[in-house]
Amino acid sequence: MNDTDAIRDVLSRHGNDGTRLMQILRETQEVLGWLSPATLTAIAAGVNWPRAKVEGTAGFYSFFHTEPRGKYRVLWSDNITDRMLGNMDLMQAMCQKLWLEPGHLSEDGLVSVDTTSCTGMCDQGPAVLVNYRAIPRMTLQRVEQMAELIRKEAPMADWPADWFAIEDNIRRADILLGCTMLPGDAMKVSLARGSAPAVETASNERSFREAVHSSDAGPGATLDEIKKSGLRGRGGAGFTTGLKWEACRNAPAQTRYVICNADEGEPGTFKDRVLLTRQPDLVFEGMTVAAYVTGASKGYVYLRGEYRYLLEPLNSVLAGRRKAGLLGKNILGRAGFDFDIEVHLGAGAYICGEESALIESLEGKRGVPRNRPPFPVTHGFLDQPTVVNNVETFAAAAMIAGRGGDWYRSFGTAKSAGTKILSISGDCERPGIYEYPFGVSVRQVLEECGAKNTQAVQISGPSGICISPKEFGRCIAFEDIPTAGAFMVFDQSRDIFEVVRNFVHFFAHESCGFCTPCRVGTSLLKNLMDKIAAGHGTHYDLKEIQQLNSVLQISAHCGLGHTACNPLVHTLERFRPAYERRLKSLDFEPAFDLDAALSHSRQMTGRDDAGAHLSNELETAAEKA
Amino acid sequence: MMSATFTIDGQEVPFTPGQSVMQAALSAGVFIPHLCYHPEFRPHGSCKLCTVKVNGRPATSCTLPAAAGMDVESNTPEILDKRRALLQMLLVEGNHFCPSCEKSGNCKLQALGYELEVFTPHFNQFYPDRPVDASHPDVLLDFNRCILCELCIRASAEVDGKNVFALSGRGITKHLIVNAESGKLADTNFALTDKAAQVCPVGVILEKRVGFAVPIGQRHYDAAPFSAHVAEFKPTPESQGERS
Repeated sequence: MNDTDAIRDVLSRHGNDGTRLMQILRETQEVLGWLSPATLTAIAAGVNWPRAKVEGTAGFYSFFHTEPRGKYRVLWSDNITDRMLGNMDLMQAMCQKLWLEPGHLSEDGLVSVDTTSCTGMCDQGPAVLVNYRAIPRMTLQRVEQMAELIRKEAPMADWPADWFAIEDNIRRADILLGCTMLPGDAMKVSLARGSAPAVETASNERSFREAVHSSDAGPGATLDEIKKSGLRGRGGAGFTTGLKWEACRNAPAQTRYVICNADEGEPGTFKDRVLLTRQPDLVFEGMTVAAYVTGASKGYVYLRGEYRYLLEPLNSVLAGRRKAGLLGKNILGRAGFDFDIEVHLGAGAYICGEESALIESLEGKRGVPRNRPPFPVTHGFLDQPTVVNNVETFAAAAMIAGRGGDWYRSFGTAKSAGTKILSISGDCERPGIYEYPFGVSVRQVLEECGAKNTQAVQISGPSGICISPKEFGRCIAFEDIPTAGAFMVFDQSRDIFEVVRNFVHFFAHESCGFCTPCRVGTSLLKNLMDKIAAGHGTHYDLKEIQQLNSVLQISAHCGLGHTACNPLVHTLERFRPAYERRLKSLDFEPAFDLDAALSHSRQMTGRDDAGAHLSNELETAAEKA
Repeated sequence: MMSATFTIDGQEVPFTPGQSVMQAALSAGVFIPHLCYHPEFRPHGSCKLCTVKVNGRPATSCTLPAAAGMDVESNTPEILDKRRALLQMLLVEGNHFCPSCEKSGNCKLQALGYELEVFTPHFNQFYPDRPVDASHPDVLLDFNRCILCELCIRASAEVDGKNVFALSGRGITKHLIVNAESGKLADTNFALTDKAAQVCPVGVILEKRVGFAVPIGQRHYDAAPFSAHVAEFKPTPESQGERS
């Protein structure tokens, strides 16, 4: 099949619909290897969009390539937990084996090796993606074998199957991970609420679909259970789920949408991956409950590109649900209750975890957060009322629909009902997935995961909070430490400065670039941290960090910019010596490094003797004086 | 219609429903610094120069709908400090050499820099590598000065109906592109008469062969500062109350 046919094939599979551009680009790239200028022109013509707009989308996402990247594309997950497990040395070894430099295509055009943001395998790192297939637990031996296979151009289908095995590592299950409800159970209970004459509901007059007049009291009654449960969003922001659903339900609409945010990009978080592996039916059931309550007719799972390997298993679960009458037309025999779910893949952009950026991406555009108001509940996907919830929120909603709000409230604390799934990684004996009722103390979690000599815990990822042992009595709960689930442990042997530097690089890499403060500010912060790491930092630079923080806090467009300085601010408060021991004692030190500026000259002349270095001479002279 | 009011730095400002804080302020002759805002286009909210505090909370005044009784702070030392930092960020992000720029004196970035007393770039320069595009017979594109306000993108799409410009890349590598497989302006249907050729607030989109027709010193912002031109930025009816 030639390129033109391949592109036409993909386009027709997606009905030449530009809003499906992300899937069109990904599938085209899976066939052709990269997105050449001619390919983008053909796709633009196919969806009838301006070419520049298609190129703009392709250029936004890390996993789309508008330049050749080789037959094999190896990306090393570069979260701090991967670093702690030695990923940099392994990547270096791989590059040596393959005769190439990180970030550059090999001279024969066969392979490229680079880093990527956290791939969500923190409990089984160091991890890589090879052609966007996840391979955890890399070792030197695997690096050598992989380099051999790549050089022999062995198809990935022939690579050892056990390399691709992803472990769930569930160490503590509670109501969600231990859920024994069968597919359809929660929906049956929800539907039954409508036919129970004794049920009194607060908002049951409204038809669940404008087009179908219905006296069905089920949606209203189910919404009341969700409200009663006190469920709050599990993606980090903690918005009350019942209110979100109600706002969507009450907004005028042609169509309503339910979107499951499975763009689990916060470094150190991998609980949605496990939920989608172990409890996909529960998640889909929660989405169906949301559709029943709000009157939505279409659902999307926005799955991060790093979890590409989950696409086929999830699609087969969806097929099973359709067969069982749990998706499709007239669900469970209820006339007019039509709802179906489709899985869409992201392509390597952390910002798409922000709900309005996710919607933009789902519409085939660059993942840039929208101006709000209006909010997605009234003007979301294709400008229609849209509920966007986290994977874990939908799973919890399904439990609540099945067992009731009061039952759910009996777990957790008064202000934080239910359980929270933590993704634990870093310095502990048993990294993995832990589901706890809200209110559990950090200390208890640390004890149970086998953490020793803990220096710090980063909770909820780089955008969350970094705490020191003095605070280990604090609790995981909305009223104390809220979290999207990441829980990274650092023992006394770790350099907190390097942890933070890793996070700062992450934010600079993931800034969408829409607003000035975040686009430029995150890169300025990165440069400042690199300057300090290189031994050129002073107290002046620490003040600069505080100053940049205040600019980002006041003027950034979205949460990424607002939280980009969190790791710096929290650790400057608690671990200041980690910074100060790297500082020169001067008030000011120019970032311009004379000696480094000569590195090109040294490379070109092949010299590296003392005479070819400026600073050595100067420093020696200063010492003599 | 009886209009409601809010206050900016204590001064009462009337507004009509649907107006943003920025539109109401400019209509009333109250200047709020801005770069990506343009009276003829829907608000964008990316440059953040118009950041204010509303009832103590930060907000972007060009995208925030005005509401009765709002207490807006704009020209406070704290906010001016942040705006200065934002201008400095824009200045170090690109390659801005005012003395050799044809737009000097007519440039909003430069004018705002003078207005807010930005005397140094403060941050380290990024010195990005951004080749110019001189392929078009009538127009030069000097990307070195692009501040990513997207005004040319909006003008080309909404007024010219051409979609000549778009953005690609992400974060600090975000950049303006043109609608051609070659990446060259000459291969688009762009024309000097396009609205998109008129809206650049800095010196990216320049007409060829007319350089320095007006001497520096006699240009738009040379005689009076940016804020004195507030009447030019009053919103047009079309630009109000629409969602981007």
